[in-house]
Amino acid sequence: MIAHMEFSQQIAQYIVTGLTLGAIYAIVALGFNIIHNATGIVNFAQCEFISLGGMFMYSLVVIFKIKLIISFLISMSMVALIGMVIEIGPIRHARSKEIIVLIFLTIGLSGVLRGTAQEIWGTDNVGVPSFSGDNPIHLPGGATIVPQHIWVFAITVLVVLVLHYFFKKTLMGKAMRATAVNRRAAALAGISVNRMIFLSFAFSGALGAVAGMIIAPISTTSYDTGIMLGLKGFAAAILGGYGNFAGAILGGIILGILESLGAGLISSQYKDAIAFFVLLLVLFLKPTGIMGYGEAERV
Amino acid sequence: MSPFLKQKDIICFSILAVTIIAIPLFLESKYHFIVLNVIGLNTIVVVGLNLLIGFAGQISLGHAAFYGLGSYFSGILTVNYGFPLWPAMLLGMLATGIVAYLIGYPSLKLRGHYLVMATLGFGIIIHILMGELEHFTGGHDGLMGIPPLAIGRFIFDNDMNNFYLIWSFVLVSMVTARNLLNSRVGRALRAIHGSEIAANSLGVNAADYKVKVFVLSAMFASVSGSLYAHYITFISPSSYDFYYSIQVVTMVIVGGMGSLWGSLFGAGVLTLISEALHIAKQYHIIAYGIFLCVVLIFLPDGILVGTYNFFQRRRTQKFIVKKDKHKSS
Repeated sequence: MIAHMEFSQQIAQYIVTGLTLGAIYAIVALGFNIIHNATGIVNFAQCEFISLGGMFMYSLVVIFKIKLIISFLISMSMVALIGMVIEIGPIRHARSKEIIVLIFLTIGLSGVLRGTAQEIWGTDNVGVPSFSGDNPIHLPGGATIVPQHIWVFAITVLVVLVLHYFFKKTLMGKAMRATAVNRRAAALAGISVNRMIFLSFAFSGALGAVAGMIIAPISTTSYDTGIMLGLKGFAAAILGGYGNFAGAILGGIILGILESLGAGLISSQYKDAIAFFVLLLVLFLKPTGIMGYGEAERV
Repeated sequence: MSPFLKQKDIICFSILAVTIIAIPLFLESKYHFIVLNVIGLNTIVVVGLNLLIGFAGQISLGHAAFYGLGSYFSGILTVNYGFPLWPAMLLGMLATGIVAYLIGYPSLKLRGHYLVMATLGFGIIIHILMGELEHFTGGHDGLMGIPPLAIGRFIFDNDMNNFYLIWSFVLVSMVTARNLLNSRVGRALRAIHGSEIAANSLGVNAADYKVKVFVLSAMFASVSGSLYAHYITFISPSSYDFYYSIQVVTMVIVGGMGSLWGSLFGAGVLTLISEALHIAKQYHIIAYGIFLCVVLIFLPDGILVGTYNFFQRRRTQKFIVKKDKHKSS
């Protein structure tokens, strides 16, 4: 009986941890989706947005002793700015608009960003203080969490609500959705497609930064912490159906819980392998992801 | 030679063969041989990958896995089980081909970014297995003491004779690829790249060809991996990570997608640059990133084709300007 209790407690703990991870993946996946919808590419620089968010936060809070909320906003804006610069510069001026070339351009850019980050901050893992202390909270199911977990959930919900409002209610959001559906038709309707792509990079930068900042107090951060988080975010986006917003959230949560259960019940060394294995299985059974409709085909 | 090789190809391959034979006469430093051997190993992978990307139009971000499978099959079979060298290499190639078929058959039904993700995920899974299946692979510490290849009593145990060995394989792989591309299969692949639906409606079984070329490119990578394992005699998972997959695709793009000689060029230039940048030490990542960005922004068709087109355009522009001046005067 006691063993049974302990087991169910463990499971509850894994699920809470998994949900936290999943929330992070979901935010990153949303960033991937926004850029995909505007441009059709996979932006691998997203990984660097996550690292940069965490490292800016570290510098501002720990080194310059600036208030948390202000640091948060400054880091977010700075990474959004980097996103914009990437779009105005290299992405917009690339001679070829072929998808594979642009994808590898983002890989090149991510190298430049990562190398620069390494120059500035070195290769050490650094800690960022939690947003509101580290006193553990006991949940009814038997799981224990620290307040930072609650911050992660709360901020993720807030991000989703803000994005929902933006895309459904504001004119600019509607314009971005129109661009995602059909770029040429959007242009004909008077929407500046370039400006929408520009905005999508800003959004994606901000989202990556948020993900990097809220996870930093839990798992520490470094100049390359975003690579694995970013790839998992990409996996979450694909799992949910690339470009689909509800899918990104669902995909993120499924991937997070899978990883956490895999690490706890099977083996922590194989957790990533398990997560990617399930992802492959899902793709083989449903090639467009859980909620995706597939990419439209032109003949 | 083969009926599928044109006269031009035969001349080009002969020049390459002569160059390969002649190069060691002018080289002394061990380091130069090592760099050239790495270029050769990369070229074999890139030639195979270019068949997939440049001709069939499919992207793989998991080729480090196939390169690694070749290395590990050769390493494990010869070190742990005392297999003879060449059969181990052949077996590794076939086994990698089978793995590629099993993963490629369902994956290549995926489109666009879903395929990128599937191959990426596969690469990460294999990389984790290399590190964790310690009993077979030696784990993160790697597998040591892999015997060098040998023909009869002749052992390929130094950088120069490995140079001849590796570059013979480069030559064979390039001739095989050219042969394939000049045949019915090559035309089918190009048709699929152009439009899968059009190819299908003309009786080309696109799905079938895509899987086959995927398997073939994996086998190229596997052979190169085996050669690497026997040459370096030590392998560890860090050589087969996500970055290697990216690096080889980058070589395909920089050399020129769909250009066989571009594969050689791309592998050469990027390996050399990567080596040269080691002088820049910590700035290595930045410099490599900047180089990649500049090429992709300004010469998206690859350096060879891109530069050629650039000068071609300049020439026609000058011509037009001259004519215009002529008119106005």
